[in-house]
Amino acid sequence: MSTQEYAVLGTRPVRHDGADKVTGRAIYGADIHLAGLLQGAILRSPHAHARIVRIDTRRAEALPGVKAVVTAADLAVSQDRIVDLGEGDTPLSYLRGNVLASGKVLYKGHAVAAVAAASLHVAEEAASLIDVEYEPLPCVLTTLDAMREDAPILHDGLRTTEFGEKTGRVSNVAEHFRHELGDVSAGFAEADVVVEHEFRTATVHQGYIEPHTATVLWNNDGRILVWCSTQGAFVVRDVTACILDVPVSRVKVTPLEIGGGFGGKIPVYLEPVAALLSKKSGRPVKITMTRRDVFEGTGPTPGSVIRVKMGARKDGRIVAAQAWMAYEAGAYPGAMVGPGAMCVFAAYDIANVVVDGFDVVVNKPSTAAYRAPGATNAAFATESVVDELAEKLGLDPLEFRLKNAAREGTRRADGPKYPRIGCVEVIEAMKNHPHYSAPLEGPNRGRGVAIGFWFNAGLPSSCTLSVNADGSVNLVEGSTDIGGTRTSVAMQAAEVLGIGAEDVRPEVADTDSVGFTAVTGGSRVTFATGWAAYEAAQDVVRQMKERAAKLWETDAASVTLDHGVFRSGDRSMTFRDLAARLGETGGPVTGRGAVNPRSAGGSFSGCIADVQVDPETGKVDVLRFTAVQDAGKAIHPAYVEGQMQGGSAQGIGWALNEEYHMSPDGAMQNASLLDYRMPTALDLPMIDTVIVEVPNPIHPFGVRGVGEANIVPPPATLANAIYHATGVRLRSLPMNPPAVAEAIWSKEG
Amino acid sequence: MPTTVRVECTINDETREFLCEPRQSLLECLRDVLGLTGTKEGCNDGNCGSCTVMMDGRIVPSCLVLGVESQGSEITTIEGVARGSELHPLQTAFLESAALQCGICTPGFIVAAKALLDRNPRPDEHEIRLWLANNLCRCTGYDKIIRAVQQAAATLQEAK
Repeated sequence: MSTQEYAVLGTRPVRHDGADKVTGRAIYGADIHLAGLLQGAILRSPHAHARIVRIDTRRAEALPGVKAVVTAADLAVSQDRIVDLGEGDTPLSYLRGNVLASGKVLYKGHAVAAVAAASLHVAEEAASLIDVEYEPLPCVLTTLDAMREDAPILHDGLRTTEFGEKTGRVSNVAEHFRHELGDVSAGFAEADVVVEHEFRTATVHQGYIEPHTATVLWNNDGRILVWCSTQGAFVVRDVTACILDVPVSRVKVTPLEIGGGFGGKIPVYLEPVAALLSKKSGRPVKITMTRRDVFEGTGPTPGSVIRVKMGARKDGRIVAAQAWMAYEAGAYPGAMVGPGAMCVFAAYDIANVVVDGFDVVVNKPSTAAYRAPGATNAAFATESVVDELAEKLGLDPLEFRLKNAAREGTRRADGPKYPRIGCVEVIEAMKNHPHYSAPLEGPNRGRGVAIGFWFNAGLPSSCTLSVNADGSVNLVEGSTDIGGTRTSVAMQAAEVLGIGAEDVRPEVADTDSVGFTAVTGGSRVTFATGWAAYEAAQDVVRQMKERAAKLWETDAASVTLDHGVFRSGDRSMTFRDLAARLGETGGPVTGRGAVNPRSAGGSFSGCIADVQVDPETGKVDVLRFTAVQDAGKAIHPAYVEGQMQGGSAQGIGWALNEEYHMSPDGAMQNASLLDYRMPTALDLPMIDTVIVEVPNPIHPFGVRGVGEANIVPPPATLANAIYHATGVRLRSLPMNPPAVAEAIWSKEG
Repeated sequence: MPTTVRVECTINDETREFLCEPRQSLLECLRDVLGLTGTKEGCNDGNCGSCTVMMDGRIVPSCLVLGVESQGSEITTIEGVARGSELHPLQTAFLESAALQCGICTPGFIVAAKALLDRNPRPDEHEIRLWLANNLCRCTGYDKIIRAVQQAAATLQEAK
């Protein structure tokens, strides 16, 4: 556990951007206004799968007020290549094809053409005047259907990669991979109890409240200026440049405040299209998605079919585990089955494991990351099976997990051996929490537990600091701030410098003004950008010591810094006083930090939930909910709690209500926030939190990313709680009232 | 034939005149015509609460009100909640309780919560949750928002 004393870390200062965000002054993506601004609208496919025979834009172009119309024919034609989108490699042709469809549409909502006009209403009217002739094709909507040999094929050029080798077989299975550890047959032979089930999870959306928006000016000097809402300004720059086939230096991205992302604002949808419209019209163009566009045209997270088999001995030791995982990628390969397969048994020390993963394309929107992408689906299966094993062995579910918990030195089936991790500490904190031992009385009530893991990401981050004469420090970083990370990054610089969090002014800069910084994703900002800020602050300290040495005519090596006071012998000076004397000691002091950690240490989490199930209607009420997570070192505990509460709420929504209701012809039936039922304030209890601190050995302050692991356990936690309330195990998400009621009726016969 | 209509109303205690198309919503008028971008658009169909404003003493989703309907009405937006440089206790409580993460829903929550405290100075947790059920937040799980409203209610009570 963390024992070091800090002055700034672990406190709860008000965020630097706070006043702007409670007064309406903060400028979010859609709030920007430029002189001569045009509004754009996108025409989307009404078919889930169709060949585009012909597009006639003449009627749209003739509408008064219309300034430009574009289709895929306006996109650059260049050779296909692999592009790193920030969380994985993608062929350029897929990125380009998803931005504006060419040849075929692959899902209902696929962008086909776009219009820029003097007003949004004119643009929308013009979009409806574009005549597109489609030749509808049979569509396929589920992984299992898409894996059949006679399934309609989405991509004629997609050949299955099997165990890393190209097979030459054209199918909807982009990849089949396997992780193996030990001898799974021998492991199961040793088991006294074996449990095996199939689980399904529905396609769900991240549900950020701010729709995607982008404003682009293709300037007269050839520079492409972008203002947008994104999780990664550099990703937008690089992907936009690739799609438009221009060098990255031609594109400048200014990230505005972002209204939620959860992984869904990593992909690029609008920027290249707005750029083409701007080039054609000679005016800046803003495109903002409607809520329907967000549901139908952006990436939800994959639905999945997962079979999990686990075996344990009577002494409570899990001896073998096997998973078969097929995730639906949507229209283009890249389902989050890779991370799902790395996480499926990641919380346990199991000697014999086999995991098979399948990345399958279907006629739904191309999926994107969603908070610990792939791991929640996987944990729903594993943690349900673990619960059943514990019951069959007559063991307490947390004792059983503790007995098998991953520890330092445990090898995961996909290869890595854990450094110091906090899985055991999380389970112990759950066991010791009063919630776990509190009496739960009354009929139809039950308590469930589950744990989860997310490995987090490292990746590049940059930060610069400049010291002001009043002793304050300006901090420039490249991580768009979705949940208060400006402050958690600034606090790490402040800790090193021995000044207050409020003495550091953090600013998220555009792509011309700060070094390359990867996406705000993988729970990496407080970890990696915080680390860059730590390095930049160390750089400042080194220079400030030299300045003090100069003033005191001594050796810089003799100067120390402690709690904001420089000392050498009996002389001392505060950071603030020294900052006022930079001019006379050599001029401004700026510090820089750039890091590229290859791993991030990982975070474990666990939940305890009490539910009450209405046996008549199947409605599940969450009575009490406790979330536990290892934060390594909680830089700003209130923001760590906020991440845990937010991830829990999203996990509860995923568990109980949320799903894409698809018609047989591939149309989403609930593409509004009324019908896509996310949790409201009335649906949830207070969410209690316990922050565990097992310092991350690779981070200077021991930080572990905390944004994601918290969403992993809730669906399994609630499934286990529902079982203990009703005696019925639900193995399909969402566990909505009809599903729960039907399961209860089936049990009762 | 003119395509716009002249509208006069009171916004944040100031008389405002503007021209709008009959098809433009109050939300569009606030954001695009009057430059009051503190009111946010999340769904444009009345289901998220991000565009909540006070209109003649009631909270309304401004995306479901036509600009022309605001003729003669009194409107308060998030820009009118603080008194000059002094934050409203709700705004202070949201900051101190870390009740916002991305912040896009915050203006709607603060306007709605203010309307609640104006008519019910001592709401219990259930009353707060029920009142705010029209406002979606996807980041916080609502816990810290509910606590911020409770804290603001206490501050306002103390001030009396």
